[in-house]
Amino acid sequence: MLISTLSFPEQLVLTLAALILLTSFLMLAQVRLDSLINVFALQGLLLFAATVLMAIISGKYHMLISAALTLFLKVFFIPGQLRRLVFRLDIHREVEVIGNPSIIMLFAAALVLFSYYVALPIRELSLLSTRNTIAISLAVVLIGMLIVISRRKAVTQVVGFMSMENGLFFAAVVSTHGMPMVVELGVAFDVLVAAILFGVFFFHIRTEIGSLDTDRLNRLTEVEK
Amino acid sequence: MNASMSLAIAQSAVLFTLLSAILPLFLTRKPLLSARFSFLLLGLSGVAASWAGAMTLLANHAEQVVLPIGLPWLHVVLRIDPLSGFFLCIVGLITFTAACYGPAYVQEYIGGSHPLGTLTFFTGLFICGMMLVLLAADAFSFMIAWELMSVASYFLVVYQHHQAENRSAAFIYLLMAVVGGAFILLAYGVLAGFSDSFTFAAMAAADLSPTWATIAFLLAFIGFGMKAGIVPLHVWLPQAHPVAPSHISALMSGVMLKVAIYGFIRFVYELLGGIQWQWGVLVLLIGAASAVLGVLYALVQNDLKRLLAYSSVENIGIVYIGLGLSMIFHATGHTEIAALALIAALYHCLNHALFKGLLFLGAGAVLQQSQQHDMEKMGGLIRRMPVTAVCFLVGCISISALPPFNGFVSEWLTFQAALQGTVLRSGILGAIIPVASAMLALTGALALACFVKVYGIIFLGRPRSPQAAEAQETAFGMRFAQITLALLCLGFGIFPTWVVHTINVIPEHLMGIGLSRAADNGWLWLTPIGKQTASYGALAVLFGLLLSWLVVYFFLHPLRRDNRIRTTTVWDCGFGPLSPRMQYTSSSFSMPIRRIFSFLWFIVEKIKPAEQGKGPRYSLQIGDWIWLTIYLPIGKFILKLAERTSRIQGGNLRVYLSYSFFTLLFLLWVIV
Amino acid sequence: MTGWIFAIVQTLCVVLFAPFMAGWIKWLKCKLQNRQGPAPWQPYQDLLKLSKKEVLLAITASPIFRAAPYVVFSVTVVAISVVPVVSVQLPTSALADVIVLVGFLALARFFLTLAGMDIGTAFGGMGSSREVTISSLAEPALLLAFFTVSMNASSTNLSTVISHLTQYDFILYPSLIFSSMGFILVAIAETGRIPIDNPATHLELTMIHEAMILEYSGRHLALMEWAAMLKLTLYAILIVNLVTPWGVAMTLDTGDILIGIVIVTGKLLILGALLAVAETVQAKLRLFRAPQYLGLAFILSLLGMMSHIILEVG
Repeated sequence: MLISTLSFPEQLVLTLAALILLTSFLMLAQVRLDSLINVFALQGLLLFAATVLMAIISGKYHMLISAALTLFLKVFFIPGQLRRLVFRLDIHREVEVIGNPSIIMLFAAALVLFSYYVALPIRELSLLSTRNTIAISLAVVLIGMLIVISRRKAVTQVVGFMSMENGLFFAAVVSTHGMPMVVELGVAFDVLVAAILFGVFFFHIRTEIGSLDTDRLNRLTEVEK
Repeated sequence: MNASMSLAIAQSAVLFTLLSAILPLFLTRKPLLSARFSFLLLGLSGVAASWAGAMTLLANHAEQVVLPIGLPWLHVVLRIDPLSGFFLCIVGLITFTAACYGPAYVQEYIGGSHPLGTLTFFTGLFICGMMLVLLAADAFSFMIAWELMSVASYFLVVYQHHQAENRSAAFIYLLMAVVGGAFILLAYGVLAGFSDSFTFAAMAAADLSPTWATIAFLLAFIGFGMKAGIVPLHVWLPQAHPVAPSHISALMSGVMLKVAIYGFIRFVYELLGGIQWQWGVLVLLIGAASAVLGVLYALVQNDLKRLLAYSSVENIGIVYIGLGLSMIFHATGHTEIAALALIAALYHCLNHALFKGLLFLGAGAVLQQSQQHDMEKMGGLIRRMPVTAVCFLVGCISISALPPFNGFVSEWLTFQAALQGTVLRSGILGAIIPVASAMLALTGALALACFVKVYGIIFLGRPRSPQAAEAQETAFGMRFAQITLALLCLGFGIFPTWVVHTINVIPEHLMGIGLSRAADNGWLWLTPIGKQTASYGALAVLFGLLLSWLVVYFFLHPLRRDNRIRTTTVWDCGFGPLSPRMQYTSSSFSMPIRRIFSFLWFIVEKIKPAEQGKGPRYSLQIGDWIWLTIYLPIGKFILKLAERTSRIQGGNLRVYLSYSFFTLLFLLWVIV
Repeated sequence: MTGWIFAIVQTLCVVLFAPFMAGWIKWLKCKLQNRQGPAPWQPYQDLLKLSKKEVLLAITASPIFRAAPYVVFSVTVVAISVVPVVSVQLPTSALADVIVLVGFLALARFFLTLAGMDIGTAFGGMGSSREVTISSLAEPALLLAFFTVSMNASSTNLSTVISHLTQYDFILYPSLIFSSMGFILVAIAETGRIPIDNPATHLELTMIHEAMILEYSGRHLALMEWAAMLKLTLYAILIVNLVTPWGVAMTLDTGDILIGIVIVTGKLLILGALLAVAETVQAKLRLFRAPQYLGLAFILSLLGMMSHIILEVG
């Protein structure tokens, strides 16, 4: 579908989709924990804007509730919690070394192409004007996963996990005008609980192994070295 | 002279090369004279070959002759058509310049431990093989010519065989040439199996199932790719090209790689037909990888000729990008854009032959004069060898794809073809092609970095060794060859419309359609797709550059109060004299890029701290990851396998006889 | 014929305007930093002074060193002459499209870096080495950004691209937003501004452009400095005419052109002001952080191209 045939709000949704993808890349590139959390909050904000827009375009105002939930959880509560944690653990200035940033970035770019390839047949099933964004949301999920596996610090991994959830949520919003309210509330609640649980776990991991570096958990292996 | 003579002229070119190989063998008393005579014949052959090639191209002519030699049921078939004519032209041009360059260059071998006759003999055979590959119109003579080319070039690589590294380089080359030849043979075997004949005409008519076609394509891709030097089959190239004499390096890099490209185009477009887009994607991706890796490896080399050899890998990669695009567009039915991409690839073949030939000849002159292989020991040669320096500068500008020289035009055409990727409705292709063009852009920028380094380190600055400070300008023949190539580089850069118009007959022959709108705006503008889409006026650009130069020059003139330029020593910040060792070296110039892309090389960096009486020492070794991770394990595996099989060689006579006995029994059983 | 005369006049005007652009940025930057800066027309006086001075040439200088200022300057002038500044009816823009434009800039850089290596001092080589490193990373991002725009307009011709961008109603192209961001980052790096290079410093460990032209004096130096200003203006024109293409005249009518001149000059001055602000609030990056900066530019350009493919045409 050519972009020139869409209405202005729809174009805006597409732009927001592209910006959400950009924030995923930025998260992948951030090495400092506090800025990582800021970018994550920015992604939440963009997601909120996209949801509100979709709600207005489609006239399905129940999506405004999930938008409000997004705003509260992903822009304020979870980033706030993480920030508080990071400051309490005094790791907010810590720089995390990533294997090779440029290769990981290029791999992420390849992931975008791959998700485009995968999403091509799925796209045909949707009738919405914004269906082109399915590939983008899939890419956000995959890049979230890439963040989880390419980082060492537990905090970063949690942020990656949350970003995956962002991708799923975005896919639901743009391809089907949101999931049923019950599911959405459930997911939001899950994320909330997960954030709190992770918070608890951080302290435990830290007291047990003296660091948040999950590579240290390798010691728990059964294999004798 | 009409075009129907062109095949006869081409045959006479082949004959001249044979004569140039054989005659000096009878004149061993006077090596210099015989070498000159041989080079004269080679020059004649080069002129004849380019003449024949140019005539076929201009007249859009094709003819075939069946020679009464060869096997009883399979006579040798020779044919010349625009495609082979084009490549014959390339061979002829470079042969001619190498022949001009040769007599003065080989003087240093006279009285050495290696007889000149060997060199001229194998040079003649090598060029003869290349020309026959282009003329052959049946698989049998094609393979014979191909192997002649490979074997003769092996002997040229191993010419200076007293150095162990030359022998090992030549051995690797021979090994890969044999393996590559086997792949090509198998590819022809597949085609011959479907056509029951070895002539190209019958093979082109054969009807292959898609699976068999893909198998034949892959075999040919690997076989020709091994000779062309695509990543990861390139490892022989940076080893073999630097050790041959320089005019041979020019021929190998400039021409032999193109002959492999010719074989690939001939095989895929004409003999195989039915191109599938997946093939194109493979060619495109491998091409892009070759281009980027080739130039990155070139950038970190300190040996001049090895650097040029790696840069050949890069340029072959650019050609393959063009070919891959052409195959994709051809398979998806966009034939006119396919023709554009094919023209871009062919144009780049021509350009690369010219500027790489020029650079290798220049490198030969530099190496001979400064007696150094290592760029770290050169410097300041522009003052000692001004003509070579200017010609080399032209080569560097051309290879860095800068307007208004020729290298730019072919890359520009490749970009234009890639930008038409939007016409493909398939999303994934539409995404791969722009990424490939981004790789091409990266290649161009890195090539500039690489050749700024080459030129700056060799010709500018101050000499880094006493030999470099004593260098002399080369003999007339050597200069003449370089000037010719430099002028051609400029000429093919400012008359692109004419070149595109001339080679347009090749896609017409192969695909039935050419570019129809290349000269829509008149001959001054090159408009490959249409006026509105893109245009490039090379001659006008050159004119604009000269005009603005003149304006600036004369505008500044009256402002000079006393038109004087005062020459002084370099400002040394008051710390005492500057020494040449304070200059940036080749290693230090490429250091930032080496550090950024460090994961691509196997780098061993050692710093030896200062000891008594000695300053600190820095050493840098850069290995090829592909060699270390793919080839060495294969080599080890084969050695291990050989060790295992050597057990059957127990030394006992009765055991040996029993092998024969059991083989006999087995064969009898098979036959019955 | 009117077209060609117009092209020449336009080129001359831009060439004469360039020092003012550089002076304007410097003046604003000084004001922002509470300093008493030189007036915006100071660069004219500098250039005039330099062109009258005697040329001091090192004994090790080769002809390349003396030719380089002329080559660099005239190539940059030719590059400017093919860019539509106030009107898209520019006959010269058919001579060279956007890829050729990138080629011109590369040609200028080729000679600039060679000149840096010519004298045989450590500084020159250092500057050249850094310059080619930065630009070899910047050029792919630059071309990708251009390609995205070209694919939108299905042309690489700058006149066609600009008229394509202005001719429709306002459409929000995500691809253009990203390529603009990528392009602006590249432009900052290529013109040697903060955070990649600092035009106001001669501190050996940080400089790039200044290190290459350290040995120049007199009219040679004037040409090199002027060429750098021209390059800055060229990138500024490309940014204002490709990112905000409104106001560029579609015809060669006097009225349209006058409006075009006013609007484009205004946009250029605003852009200069933005640049001055940006340079005031941020610090220069370490050299080995530059790849990350340019990597971001590349990713932005790549995302632009991908969003064109995925979101806009699919």
